[in-house]
Amino acid sequence: MSLQRLWSRGAIYLVLTAFAAFYLMPFYVMLITSLKPYADVNITRMWELPRGIYLDGFLEAWRLVSPNFKNSVIITVPAALISAFIGSINGYIFAKWRFRGADTLFILFLVGMFLPYQGILIPLVLTLQALKLYGTVIGLILVHCIFGIPITALLFRSYYAGVPNELVDAAKIDGCGFFGIYRWILLPISMPAFAVVLLWQFTTIWNDYLIGLVVLSTPRLAPINVAVQNIAGSWSVEWNVQMAAALIAALPTVLVYLLLGRLFMRGLLAGALKG
Amino acid sequence: MAHKSIPATGERGVAASPITQKRRRSWLRSDMFIAVLVLTPSIIAVALFIYGFIGWTFYMSTVKWNSQVPDFTFVGLANWERLFSDRRFHIDLRNLVYYAAGFMTQCIVFGFIIAALLDQKIKGEAIYRTIIIFPFAVSGIVTGVAWRWLMQPSTGINLLFAKIGLENFQPTWNSHPQYGMWAVSIAAAWQFTGYVMALYLAGLRGIPNELREAAAIDGAGTFATYRHVIIPLLMPVTFTAIVLTGMNSIRVFDLVSAMSGSGPAFATDTLAFYMFQSTFGAYRYSLGAAIGSFMIFLSAFLIVPYLMSMRGEVER
Repeated sequence: MSLQRLWSRGAIYLVLTAFAAFYLMPFYVMLITSLKPYADVNITRMWELPRGIYLDGFLEAWRLVSPNFKNSVIITVPAALISAFIGSINGYIFAKWRFRGADTLFILFLVGMFLPYQGILIPLVLTLQALKLYGTVIGLILVHCIFGIPITALLFRSYYAGVPNELVDAAKIDGCGFFGIYRWILLPISMPAFAVVLLWQFTTIWNDYLIGLVVLSTPRLAPINVAVQNIAGSWSVEWNVQMAAALIAALPTVLVYLLLGRLFMRGLLAGALKG
Repeated sequence: MAHKSIPATGERGVAASPITQKRRRSWLRSDMFIAVLVLTPSIIAVALFIYGFIGWTFYMSTVKWNSQVPDFTFVGLANWERLFSDRRFHIDLRNLVYYAAGFMTQCIVFGFIIAALLDQKIKGEAIYRTIIIFPFAVSGIVTGVAWRWLMQPSTGINLLFAKIGLENFQPTWNSHPQYGMWAVSIAAAWQFTGYVMALYLAGLRGIPNELREAAAIDGAGTFATYRHVIIPLLMPVTFTAIVLTGMNSIRVFDLVSAMSGSGPAFATDTLAFYMFQSTFGAYRYSLGAAIGSFMIFLSAFLIVPYLMSMRGEVER
């Protein structure tokens, strides 16, 4: 029995390690390719470690995408903050002020989480053009905030639903109104929810490609993923530079994920309406 | 704003809000009214940017705007007829089936297997979990760039095959004129399996140990326990995973753009890619609107049952 158990434990670890290796492999290839000088990026030695650390690929990639990296920061940080704030208020209303039809309305909100944006892109462009916001950073921030309404409302609503109604009722008796309850009861304990929502929105907006491509495709202003795709789409750029650019684009979300993985998991589960 | 009648404690679930008791007093000054008022901008935004735009897109698909010049002449379903008889559209549907089959199967099968293994009280579980969800933190573009390099026919994975003596097994991956979409689905599953694994893991953690013990007492082996107890209990998770991966299959765009675009003979073309090129490349807005509406229509088959099933969860 124990020998059999040892075998089966060993097999489990072996299979898991094989899976882990598979999921890490593309990162490994990206990393070693980006650290090679162009002369060594050839097809026969693809899997070999670089013979030293060459930063030419990274320097060239940074030269190409640094303006877009900064743009992505300028777009993502405010959009994540604003949509978290809106989500907090909306979640509070959906959780604690259940007017007639609130739940149905909430379901109607959630539809927006799952839609293929291709079904709304054309009116989006026309509307932004009419508002004179097409092709502007402000326009893109606005769009991300609006498309963030469903998911942020969902995350905050499930968090606030866990706050006992007795607390809210007690606050009402003490004379708190709509804003008072939010300010004194819910906001002070909102930090964990804010962390999850900010992280989630940051990742989503940073990694967006489609909306950035449609709303803000000017090469100089485009978000980072649009820039990386432009580099990858031009045949003249070497593989080591492409990989370095992809790693630069991945770095912020990867760092956030590695530092705050637990919060990331919570966002994952709540985003699937399980939490 | 204090009010006189305090609900008896313990009457949970009874909406003892001041509204019902003070209906005669001005509703306009009540907190409930303020709540609705504060929510109104979001309601308007969602109503316009989601529902309004869906209707607007559908309307656009019934007019004649297929050049740079806006033209709102009503043409009925002419754009739809043209789309449905279009060869590229048929290829895209075929690709959707290939991709969805490959992507959904990989995500659900591997996601479940990894979650079940991690549920065996593994040392270093957190590390495995972190590694397997890792790809989900990067964008579709990054994923596509990496896998395009890995799937170069002359190098990448094929080089590994050659090194272990499989010189004759050198697939062309995503540039295969018929099955390129399967290759794209491997890259997509690499990115998404961790998510599905996380869902299954949460589901497994929610299964009470008594059930496993009861199955063991009944003499069920590990596999029988999974087959007859655990897998049926995890059906809701599987349903969620099917919906999420299905949505993803309908709208896949960034990954395809970065890997190969439309590919040879539209081998890796998708509805999303076709929509984008028709609209913003060829200025055929009405055709693009028809493709977009069709995508919404397809998604409805997943979204509606999903949200219906979630109603109970939402209305706790």
